[in-house]
Amino acid sequence: MALCFELTEEQNLIRQAVREFAEKEIAPVARELDEKEEFSVELTRKMADMGLLGCFVSEKYGGSNIGYISYIIAVEELARVDGSQAATIAAGNSLGIGPIYYYGNEEQKQTWLPRLCRGEILAAFGLTEPNAGSDAGSSQTRAELVGDHWIINGSKIFITNSACGLTGVIVVQAVTGTRPDGKRELSCILVPADAEGFKAIPMKGKMMWRASNTGQLFFEDCKVPAENLLGKRGDGFHQMLATLDGGRLSIAAMGLGGAQGAFEMALKYANTRVQFGRTIGSFQAIAFKLADMATEIECARNLLYKACWLRENNKPFAKEAAMAKLYCSEVMGRVVNQAVQIHGGYGLMKEYNIERFYRDQKLLEIGEGTSEIQRIVIARNIGVLGRAM
Amino acid sequence: MEIVALMKQVPDTETQIKVNPQGTWIIEDDIKWIMNPYCEFGVEEALRTKEKHGGTVTIVSIGPARAVEAIRTALAMGADKAIHVDDPALVGTTDSLGKARILAKILQSIPFDIIFAGKQAIDDDMAQVGPAVAELLGIPQLTFVNGLEWIDGRTVRVNRQVEGGSQVIECSLPVLITCQKGLNEPRYASLPGIMKAKKKPLETKNLAALGLDPAQVGKEGDTTEILRVELPPPRKPGKIVDGETPEEKAAKLAKLLREEAKVI
Repeated sequence: MALCFELTEEQNLIRQAVREFAEKEIAPVARELDEKEEFSVELTRKMADMGLLGCFVSEKYGGSNIGYISYIIAVEELARVDGSQAATIAAGNSLGIGPIYYYGNEEQKQTWLPRLCRGEILAAFGLTEPNAGSDAGSSQTRAELVGDHWIINGSKIFITNSACGLTGVIVVQAVTGTRPDGKRELSCILVPADAEGFKAIPMKGKMMWRASNTGQLFFEDCKVPAENLLGKRGDGFHQMLATLDGGRLSIAAMGLGGAQGAFEMALKYANTRVQFGRTIGSFQAIAFKLADMATEIECARNLLYKACWLRENNKPFAKEAAMAKLYCSEVMGRVVNQAVQIHGGYGLMKEYNIERFYRDQKLLEIGEGTSEIQRIVIARNIGVLGRAM
Repeated sequence: MEIVALMKQVPDTETQIKVNPQGTWIIEDDIKWIMNPYCEFGVEEALRTKEKHGGTVTIVSIGPARAVEAIRTALAMGADKAIHVDDPALVGTTDSLGKARILAKILQSIPFDIIFAGKQAIDDDMAQVGPAVAELLGIPQLTFVNGLEWIDGRTVRVNRQVEGGSQVIECSLPVLITCQKGLNEPRYASLPGIMKAKKKPLETKNLAALGLDPAQVGKEGDTTEILRVELPPPRKPGKIVDGETPEEKAAKLAKLLREEAKVI
């Protein structure tokens, strides 16, 4: 009985509840929000009311504490309907709440977590910089301890949830000095959205996730109290890597959910669209595409759930998380591609949701570690010698 | 206030129904099950009643083991406890009366001020259980209710949907209300609610525990029998009226409506 694929009653109920919510509350507005490139505060609050923020946070801090597998199922179900809203929740939990919950001291947790879990505010994770993408350790943003304050200078880019009306706090990775071994010392610092010298500008003109908020951040002698340091000084790089390991699972969930949603649209269309006097699904050329999609989705789900299971049971999961992120996002790529193909000309029109799914997918191969970086992480974990770069 | 919501688990409206080879019932495997939508209005109204007057919401449901999922959903929405009746003697029962007798028996053993039920279940569409329970308990019933307000802590004023209009009735407690669409907008089961639901009391009872005789309320006590179940005939394909000009099309359409459809 050790190998068990059965989900628990709660996990099934959570899937059902989030699916119902997504279909009733998100589906009717998703296309319009995408078209207007608009972040919806109202919808974010509704998702928070559902308990979708603080999924793995203990009740003590206002979290819903549903467990990691349930969290991933929730993101999957949101992504099945809309990538943007799934992104708000995935980033809000894994990147925003995660570092504060795992590395914050008691006071920081008490200050931020209850409000974050209620959805009054959102937290963001400020890592990527204009000149530090895949090479995240090369951050140029600097923080200097002057008296009892950090003075931060630099900028961040492509930061989810960082420049909307709800943004309350950003976890910023900055260079705080030089280590004894001569390498740069990286630390994470909590920067409240109203901090002196801090400015966030929403980034517009995105191809995907248009209803999620992305910001560019500027720190000009930004001043925050010394106690805003997250965890220990010099732990920033480690905190960042661990946060990304977890974040990968939520991006994988977006790939899985997006693939599932696209597959369902394609199946429905193939079963109703008539050409040459019969439904197009009855042609082997189309039926085989659908069979391949379903097979790949099944593999993706099993891989992702296994990675989540490892995490939930406190076993090493970095390799499986990278594999799941890589595989689920690429599966969604293949699935949306064929799903648009099945829709033919209509699939190219905004009137059909599959068009949005096609665009939303591309981020998954880039954000939170490109597919190439995932392959490096996997290579390092399977015994490839050397740097594998 | 002691508030009770009667609830039935039914196949999802989007499930594709298949009839069994004997033609006597539907194939229940692979069906997705949900809370009867009309019962959901009842559960929601029960929760709103509790929010207004305080008290306890108890869910009562008859069904096989799978019904627990719908019961947990009601608990996740905010109900406090649940009683679930499951007994092998109930498999395949067709009578509404037997179900009503079981529910009445339970209600005689617990305190209640107000009982909510769906106006009907969307599977067999009998619409009999709620009214029958009220009759067996000897309390007033307000059926097909699509609006409810409280006059005071012991009196409700409801709006009933009736043919061609609506009827407003005031009634003092205790009362049984069957719920119609429009009464309220049921809340979602939230994720913390789902986590809390598993810790809430859910009591499963069989007929013996209730002191009921299977010969009266079980399959063998049925006074009705389902002879045949069949799917509605497939819809005939539509007809596209062609013509060179709109006038020509309209003329053809009018002719078809008169001679074929015989509607004008």
